[in-house]
Amino acid sequence: MTLGRFDRPAGGIGAALARPNARRLLVGRGRFVDDRTLPRMVHAAFLRSPYAHARIRGIDLAAARAAAGVVAVWDGVEIAAEVAPFVGVLTHLAGMRSAPQPALAHGTTHWQGEPLAIVLARSRAEAEDAVALIEADLDPLDPVTDPEAALAPGAAAIHPALGSNLCLERRIEVGDVDGAFATAAAVAERHFDFARHTGVTLEPRSCLYDWDAGDGRLTLHYSGQVPHMMQAVLARHLGLNEEQVRVISEDVGGSFGIKIHTYGDEIACAVAARRLGRPVKFVADRFESFASDIHARDHTLRARAAVDADGRLTAVEIDDLTGIGPYSVYPRSSGIEGNQVVNLIGAPYDLPAYRARLRIAFLNKAPMCQYRAVGHPVAMAVMEALIDDLAARTGRDPAVLRALNIRRDDSYPATSLQGLRFADLSHERCLAELRRLMGYDRLRAEQAEARARGVLRGVGLAMMVEITNPSPMFYGVGGAPIAAQDGATVRLNPGGDIHLAASVTEQGQGTDTVLAQIAAEVLSVPAGRIAVSTGDTMTAPHGGGTWASRGAGIGGEAVLQAARALAGQILDVAGTILQTPPERLALRDGHVADATGAARLSLQDLARMVYYRGNELPPGLAPELVATRHYRVTDQPFVYSNGAMAAHVEVDAETGFIRLLDVWVVEDVGTILNPLLVDEQIRGGVVQGIGAALYEECLYDEAGQLLNASLADYLVPMAAEMPDIHIAHVVTPTRSSALGAKGAGEAGTAGAPAAVLNAVNDALRPLGAHLAQMPMTPARVLRAIAAARDGAGA
Amino acid sequence: MRVSLIVNGEAVTADVEPRQHLADFLRQTLGLTGTHVGCEHGVCGACTVRLNGVIVRACLTLAVQAEGARVETIEGVSATGEIAALQEAFHRRNALQCGFCTPGMLLTAAEWIALGGGPDRAAIRDWLSGNYCRCTGYQAIVDAVAEVAGTARGGAP
Amino acid sequence: MKFAPFSYLRATDAAEAVRLFAEAREAAGGARFIAGGQSLLPALAFRLDQPATLIDIGPIASLRGVTLDGGRLRIGALTTHAMIERDPLIARHAPILAHAATFVAHAAIRNRGTIGGSICNADPAAEMPAVAVALGARLHLLGPKGARVVEADGFFRGYYETLRAEDELLTHIEVPIAAPAARWAFGELARRRGDYALAGVAVCWAAAPRIVWFGVGDGPRRDGAAEAALATGATAAEIAHVALAGIEVASDHATDAATRAQIARVVLRRALVQAGLAA
Repeated sequence: MTLGRFDRPAGGIGAALARPNARRLLVGRGRFVDDRTLPRMVHAAFLRSPYAHARIRGIDLAAARAAAGVVAVWDGVEIAAEVAPFVGVLTHLAGMRSAPQPALAHGTTHWQGEPLAIVLARSRAEAEDAVALIEADLDPLDPVTDPEAALAPGAAAIHPALGSNLCLERRIEVGDVDGAFATAAAVAERHFDFARHTGVTLEPRSCLYDWDAGDGRLTLHYSGQVPHMMQAVLARHLGLNEEQVRVISEDVGGSFGIKIHTYGDEIACAVAARRLGRPVKFVADRFESFASDIHARDHTLRARAAVDADGRLTAVEIDDLTGIGPYSVYPRSSGIEGNQVVNLIGAPYDLPAYRARLRIAFLNKAPMCQYRAVGHPVAMAVMEALIDDLAARTGRDPAVLRALNIRRDDSYPATSLQGLRFADLSHERCLAELRRLMGYDRLRAEQAEARARGVLRGVGLAMMVEITNPSPMFYGVGGAPIAAQDGATVRLNPGGDIHLAASVTEQGQGTDTVLAQIAAEVLSVPAGRIAVSTGDTMTAPHGGGTWASRGAGIGGEAVLQAARALAGQILDVAGTILQTPPERLALRDGHVADATGAARLSLQDLARMVYYRGNELPPGLAPELVATRHYRVTDQPFVYSNGAMAAHVEVDAETGFIRLLDVWVVEDVGTILNPLLVDEQIRGGVVQGIGAALYEECLYDEAGQLLNASLADYLVPMAAEMPDIHIAHVVTPTRSSALGAKGAGEAGTAGAPAAVLNAVNDALRPLGAHLAQMPMTPARVLRAIAAARDGAGA
Repeated sequence: MRVSLIVNGEAVTADVEPRQHLADFLRQTLGLTGTHVGCEHGVCGACTVRLNGVIVRACLTLAVQAEGARVETIEGVSATGEIAALQEAFHRRNALQCGFCTPGMLLTAAEWIALGGGPDRAAIRDWLSGNYCRCTGYQAIVDAVAEVAGTARGGAP
Repeated sequence: MKFAPFSYLRATDAAEAVRLFAEAREAAGGARFIAGGQSLLPALAFRLDQPATLIDIGPIASLRGVTLDGGRLRIGALTTHAMIERDPLIARHAPILAHAATFVAHAAIRNRGTIGGSICNADPAAEMPAVAVALGARLHLLGPKGARVVEADGFFRGYYETLRAEDELLTHIEVPIAAPAARWAFGELARRRGDYALAGVAVCWAAAPRIVWFGVGDGPRRDGAAEAALATGATAAEIAHVALAGIEVASDHATDAATRAQIARVVLRRALVQAGLAA
């Protein structure tokens, strides 16, 4: 059943509809966790380890317990009595190990910032005052802070029981790699360094736990993306049944993956709420966010690529070493990022041979785990930088070399050497559209003219493939309580309005809006008459929530199918009422219409008859006006999207400062549900990627101390330095679902670092200078220029 | 100690600890939770409110320093309709996603317009450079402010 | 973090402020004056500093505002950066101050932060201390033993350290009026708009040139070699080349000393050329 274009209701699929649920955010009526107050609520603060590695000889809580306003203080031993430790391994990542992680440390503390004790007080200020009175007797131990050193033979193991600091090692070898390099016409080889990042969500991690002893129920007011996962985690680790746990997510002030992980400090708050019988609120302040939110992206890679005389890629080899925290994070594991790096290298290209080694090392630093675009930024930056190097070495234009090597648009289905199964991608069309959108040839001419004036401008390209819409083969198969299917319930109410409940969630990207648009399209009802409910495990279907850019593709498909089922129910009832076969009726503008297009019965009248005047309906008809459908991707592990991106920069060779002039993105997300929301997601993602390219790094010293744990010292992109971002789309719907929507949320973050890195190197090429380290700070740019001038650079 | 001030046009008197900053006073004592706390060291701009007619960081102002002052928050300037054009433009252009930076962003943008700042996008970017947004990438916000600033000046943007 | 507890007292005139401070400093934990609070409160947020008493001088209206006084500009210490940006007397008589004020953080900070606070805080990367030195400003202090005047040049002793005694209040800054032929230049490079300077320079040339660095060392530093070169008509490139002699350039985890020095020279050269002070 499809609607003709002329039947399009207000705000259907493809409409650039402004988000109805954004209005209240504009007038200060947000509902963030910290906005909520419960009776007798207490506030949590934590004593955190000042050392990266230390034995805990004892913690004296007496003075803290006696402090003004303090209700309770507990250390790691006391909390451990009520929390089963977490182990963040996935069984399908062969060989992965991790030690059991306590909620609060006891015995030994393994990273600076690890929580050691929890204080509950009438106010956060009083809780912090009491934290200052805790006397912790800590015996510093040598920290392991360098991944190479961590894996060197004889290195002290952070967890002696594991025997070494290796979390996971994975090797891939396909094709004749050595032969390809031996006979190559040109080889590019680089050593890359990608800095550690943290997400810096503007709303810090926040939780409010409420244990009702009368009900025996725990309610969590949650700032995060995955309420059902949290429900399962809390039940498992606090010894509760899942029906005793309710997780409610309302407004979330930014998450980007930071808030999908299990944090010991938050779990300790749950324990505290149960013990005290009082609501416990914890809002991390900015300093503890820097030290205790999960970090990401800390990779060192050696990589090389070879082409033949025709410019065709013949082999790629990488060696990726990444240093995570002392534990693999629960329940999603800290192996996914590295795994995606080795899986995604070369994804846009048809590689004949590939060798990769991934090693993930435990370190005494903040734990690392999934953060927006997981692994993609590293994989894209490495491959795209090698492509540009090869272009320079073989005297080819970088766009031409890419065009030679990208998978043809008619080559699908195709499987990469890493086993990724691609379908419905459009690299050729995207690259062609990118060239047109940016005016590539004109830009190159302007670049040459600028160079003649001594102005260094650079153009950098990046081809991208993104993993979206994951199937159960991603987490569920590995034993994690993470749903990879999602559901939607759609109901017609007596007022003629629609109620939609779904298991995917909203953090501002517009999930609720696009779900309403899909239902609006199918039911031919204005989107404004559709109330969307998400985020509450008590009322939402069970599902995975939002991550890996799955909200639209998977949640949306569930809504589509549920709405179609509801439409069928409505027409069946209408057929009985109107004495017409249902297949000769259709939904149109809130009515049931007949074959001539004339409105015969409003949805409101139909619903009222069903709900209030059932006596008027034939006895055999037991009508329902509500349908639930669940959807998972089945025919492949993921649905991929693709795009092409370019950056245009100007580098000041005297100061090392980089000015971003423009960024262009051509993205194929399949069916576009709401072009306004998709484009803004891409823009936000690009700026986050620019942060990676130019600004962001968590700086640790050799003692494992985080040196820049404030917003003054960890630099995030601000408005003045950001460029305008021009976007165009190619549309190739995925045939894995009726909706045809692929994921879109992470594309910008995935490709921007690659494009900016390439643009900077393009600008520096006349000087013979090159960077392979991010962020590209002025100091690093100047060092690269100096090295080239001194003849030391290659 | 006792502090008396006018918040969103309403006279308010309360007992506060000297160490309580204005953002916490607004949020916790007065229940005006539209002002957000993002860093508590004056860098992110989420706590921006108006004090005696000009924007300030509420986390870098003690409640006691606001004695006798006139404070306006996002709730107040929304109720008066003063920033309706900005809010409409933000909404239409999706210049907000999670909404956490939005109250501070709107108050900061409103001052730009009140000072007669025009639609020059580079100048608007400079003006907004103290307000952190992680979601939007800023462009839609700049577009919305430029649109309203251009109209306010009486010319085409 | 939330601030640690403190007592709070309000002063309504400068003498009272000094008296309250003298009384409060006896208590364990000491006392601090608070003006705009834009530097003090972040320090309290880090709990780096935990004074027992804050004495709020904000209500002292007489310390705020700009007047012309016997051929000199008199700038009250509580004059905010925003006021300095817009004051017509400053625009006419000390335009470098108005220009420098636009580099201070962001509008919301400038609406509260004061020139006196910036000078007393003496952050090595702050603009106002360097501009005060470049202008040959005189700083008026009031303490328990009375009032005294100190030249800005020499007032700044190192990281966050000045000649002001803890119990003295900076009441106003006195600036010689720029002679009709006086020239000035200003340059600053920061990673992002409003950030503390990675390297910055303030230049005033009334009778003789003063070239004052900020963000480069442990506080505002005059560059004698560069001043001499400028006075003798060297080119901007030559001046930049001889600059920084005998000045210890700071290193931090983002930018090493050599890089900072390199960038600083470029900032100086470009500022001089842009202002037409050198070719």
